[in-house]
Amino acid sequence: METRKTGPAAAFEALAALKDEGYNILVDLTAVDFSAQGRIPRFEVVYRVACLDLDTGLETKPRVEVCCEVGEEPALRSVRSLWPAADWLEREVWDMFGVRFADRPDIKRLLMYEEFVGHPLRKDYPIRKRQPLIGPKEDPVEPVNLNKAAQKVDYE
Amino acid sequence: MPLVTSKLDAMLGWARKYSIFQYPFVTACCGMEYMSTMASHYDMDRFGAGLPRFSPRQADLLMVVGTISHKMAPVLRRIYDQMAAPKWVVAFGVCTCTGGFYDDYSTVQGIDTIVPVDLYIPGCPPRPEVVLEGFMKLQEKIQRETRGPWSLGKEGWGRFTGGGAE
Repeated sequence: METRKTGPAAAFEALAALKDEGYNILVDLTAVDFSAQGRIPRFEVVYRVACLDLDTGLETKPRVEVCCEVGEEPALRSVRSLWPAADWLEREVWDMFGVRFADRPDIKRLLMYEEFVGHPLRKDYPIRKRQPLIGPKEDPVEPVNLNKAAQKVDYE
Repeated sequence: MPLVTSKLDAMLGWARKYSIFQYPFVTACCGMEYMSTMASHYDMDRFGAGLPRFSPRQADLLMVVGTISHKMAPVLRRIYDQMAAPKWVVAFGVCTCTGGFYDDYSTVQGIDTIVPVDLYIPGCPPRPEVVLEGFMKLQEKIQRETRGPWSLGKEGWGRFTGGGAE
């Protein structure tokens, strides 16, 4: 699978060009938080597109992955106009990572509830933080005292 | 007179344990094992529990089958509050018992933090034999029971759930 890197400003044009080439399926739209590696900007938004022949159900070209580094400020344009499936995927990316889209100022959470504060898949979201709607505010069981040194993972 | 009341309790228990109407609150993969337990091979109908009711008003056993997320928790509590007493709750699968391996931001760490649980069936998912074993244990409990946690109201379970019934 081919991987292409773009900047946030050029991402929409790059994806629109792929759409014109016949990539009619948005397989996935997600993000990765690289803040643990100290990267600036911290996120990478990943688009994966496929070219599916609707008569045979076969993919006629290799899939393409488009990676785009973005920070917390809204920089990317929504690709809903290219693939309607992007609507919920962008909402999920906002919900889980807090990546904003420039032309979606009042984007809604997809998976978590409205009362939830923060974005749970960010690396700086506290691993033991709980935000229940009802019931006890803390876990009923004492958290395991994990060794900090054992937690340190070398991602490179 | 004590003889009469004890016989009445025994009769009520006998009637209740063989006419259980379940409310299947099925959210996840445990539902597969629940379905196979209900279907003809294992056949829950042998225990008088063959007819699930899809209204909490008509049910007396809340089968919580599958992971309960924090987003779902108020719904589960509301369903429990809507059921008419006497009522029982089964935590089916390890996710409902303790949260299972979902020790994270989204999952309720055991549904007993929200509703009183009468029977825990651990397993990921539990096999139908285990479910039937648990079900017979629940029948024994129903036979013995005269006043369950459903009779405690706000003084009982309400203190765990921040106010009890809505």
